[in-house]
Amino acid sequence: MSIQVQNIQKAFGSFIALDNLSLDFPAGELVALLGPSGCGKTTLLRVIAGLEQADSGRVLLDGEDASDTHVRERQVGFVFQHYALFRHMTVFDNVAFGLRMKPRGQRPSEADIKRKVHELLNLVQLDWLADRFPAQLSGGQRQRIALARALAVEPRVLLLDEPFGALDAKVRKELRRWLRRLHDELHITSIFVTHDQEEALEVADRVVLMNHGRVEQIGSPAEVYRQPATPFVYGFLGAANRFEGSSSAGGIAVGASTLTGDAQPEHGNVVAFVRPHELDIVLQADASGIPARISRVLTLGALTRVELEGQADVAGQHFDVELHAANPLVAQLAAGQTVRLQPRQVRVFAQPDTAGAA
Amino acid sequence: MAGAVSSLSVQHDKAGLLESRQATREAPWVKAAILTVALSFFAIFLLLPLVVVFVEALAKGWETYLTALVEPDALSAVKLTLLAAAISVPLNLVFGVAAAWAITRFDFRGKQLLITLIDLPFSVSPVVAGLIYVLVFSSHGWFGPWLAEHDIKVIFAVPGIVLATIFVTVPFVARELIPLLQAQGREEEEAAVVLGARGWQVFWYVTLPNVRWALLYGVILSNARAMGEFGAVSVVSGHIRGETNTLPLHVEILYNEYNFAAAFAVASLLALLALVTLAVKSWVEWRASQTVAVED
Repeated sequence: MSIQVQNIQKAFGSFIALDNLSLDFPAGELVALLGPSGCGKTTLLRVIAGLEQADSGRVLLDGEDASDTHVRERQVGFVFQHYALFRHMTVFDNVAFGLRMKPRGQRPSEADIKRKVHELLNLVQLDWLADRFPAQLSGGQRQRIALARALAVEPRVLLLDEPFGALDAKVRKELRRWLRRLHDELHITSIFVTHDQEEALEVADRVVLMNHGRVEQIGSPAEVYRQPATPFVYGFLGAANRFEGSSSAGGIAVGASTLTGDAQPEHGNVVAFVRPHELDIVLQADASGIPARISRVLTLGALTRVELEGQADVAGQHFDVELHAANPLVAQLAAGQTVRLQPRQVRVFAQPDTAGAA
Repeated sequence: MAGAVSSLSVQHDKAGLLESRQATREAPWVKAAILTVALSFFAIFLLLPLVVVFVEALAKGWETYLTALVEPDALSAVKLTLLAAAISVPLNLVFGVAAAWAITRFDFRGKQLLITLIDLPFSVSPVVAGLIYVLVFSSHGWFGPWLAEHDIKVIFAVPGIVLATIFVTVPFVARELIPLLQAQGREEEEAAVVLGARGWQVFWYVTLPNVRWALLYGVILSNARAMGEFGAVSVVSGHIRGETNTLPLHVEILYNEYNFAAAFAVASLLALLALVTLAVKSWVEWRASQTVAVED
């Protein structure tokens, strides 16, 4: 089922959670709502589910206006951040809940319910836990039971609020892969909220980046990572070195130095971003590039991270460079050394506040 | 107070832990002094009176004791006490659940006022509560003439006693439920709604099971207070023997008539009731802590 939200406005007191937001979620896709905390992503999810009422705007489910449809008639599956499993019920009863609550006419027989619940528990690979209580499960198991419970009513849409937020790093990784596989099997339109960019890029078909109640960019994971539309997106998706300067003929003038590299021209004052692995260190102190002093060299597995302090015009700024640990240059780097930084790839944005004036 | 119940038992465990370690253990004399103070207070002010009640009740032998209990006036007092409790406790159960639900799940004008009003019976002297009913319903009161016209007796009759009992027991159930409902939050209920449950289904299958022990605890306390209430009931009752006397009032009458053995015999009934209440209460607390252990 497709989901459209149109001109949704929602405020909590003076805080604007959703600011005239419109979005299309095509049927069958797994979409990530990504953004920092307080950006409105969870509110949007709750508005779509009907748990929160928008101040204005419409939610269309399958092209039909659902703004006045009660939550229980929307046929959405919702997985809560803290799972919200019924603590006084066994795993089996939790999953069976949605089926047992159906009006008498539509309610399946106990035998059918039993079959269906075991089917779902097998799907989430936890059939052996049917008689346990939620408190006896690990976080990852609770998460999967919450998902099985949401799927039991055969929802047309699956909404997941920070589904892996409360889990440790290893379980998170496993569950991410598992959720992706599950989605490939079921093809149910799914939206999940996350503040973890790695999670969004790894799991989703499409990523919606949100900030301050607005959409910053929509695109496939590769698109949003490679062609970030705004400085916010660039900064949010992965580490970034930030340089402020002005556009000039030869590149971007940052103080007395010039950033060359593969930069798109913009006019006036600009912000330039360079990913740590796209920044080169040049040992000759008189070469061109941004002057910086190495403050630390860290080798973590296959990567070496070099932390640098800007010198001269960029004094006080911090930069990160990532190198392969096998790179022969690594052996020649030491803390305290003054070097030059040369970007291979630069992404330039006009300074938002001065763009009009320039 | 299931919240308080579990936190009490947790504190108890921690105290045990602290005591079991050499490094954190207090000097023996500190422990002895604290224990002596606590236990002697308990013995003098709680245990001794309880023992006295039973000793005095049985001072003239079993026969006198039993006679005092099966005497018609005593039996009628027992019936009236049970009736007052049987009406006021269910009413308070319904009111308490509704009030707690409204306060924790909805935002409305006058919410703070409602919370304050629930506590009113705790802060107002029961005698004042009784007087209020006399002022409103007695023959010289606001509704007196109207009630007289329709031949309805409230004051110095059973309805007055029931009203006074309801008044003094109002806070118990709501006060137990509000903190617990607040602590549990809305997520499970929202999950139930998304899964298609209707309002009453959410309440019956999700909310109620989660608060069942606190609810039972509130009912027990409410019942104990209903049966033991003296002040408010005394003002509205009129002390008509065999008609408007509850057990506590009956004890007073017997005592004032220097019929000590009978007074203590009836008092021992109330004391027994208190002991049963305590036993049930401890059992509920124990069960609640068991469920908390399983559910958390």
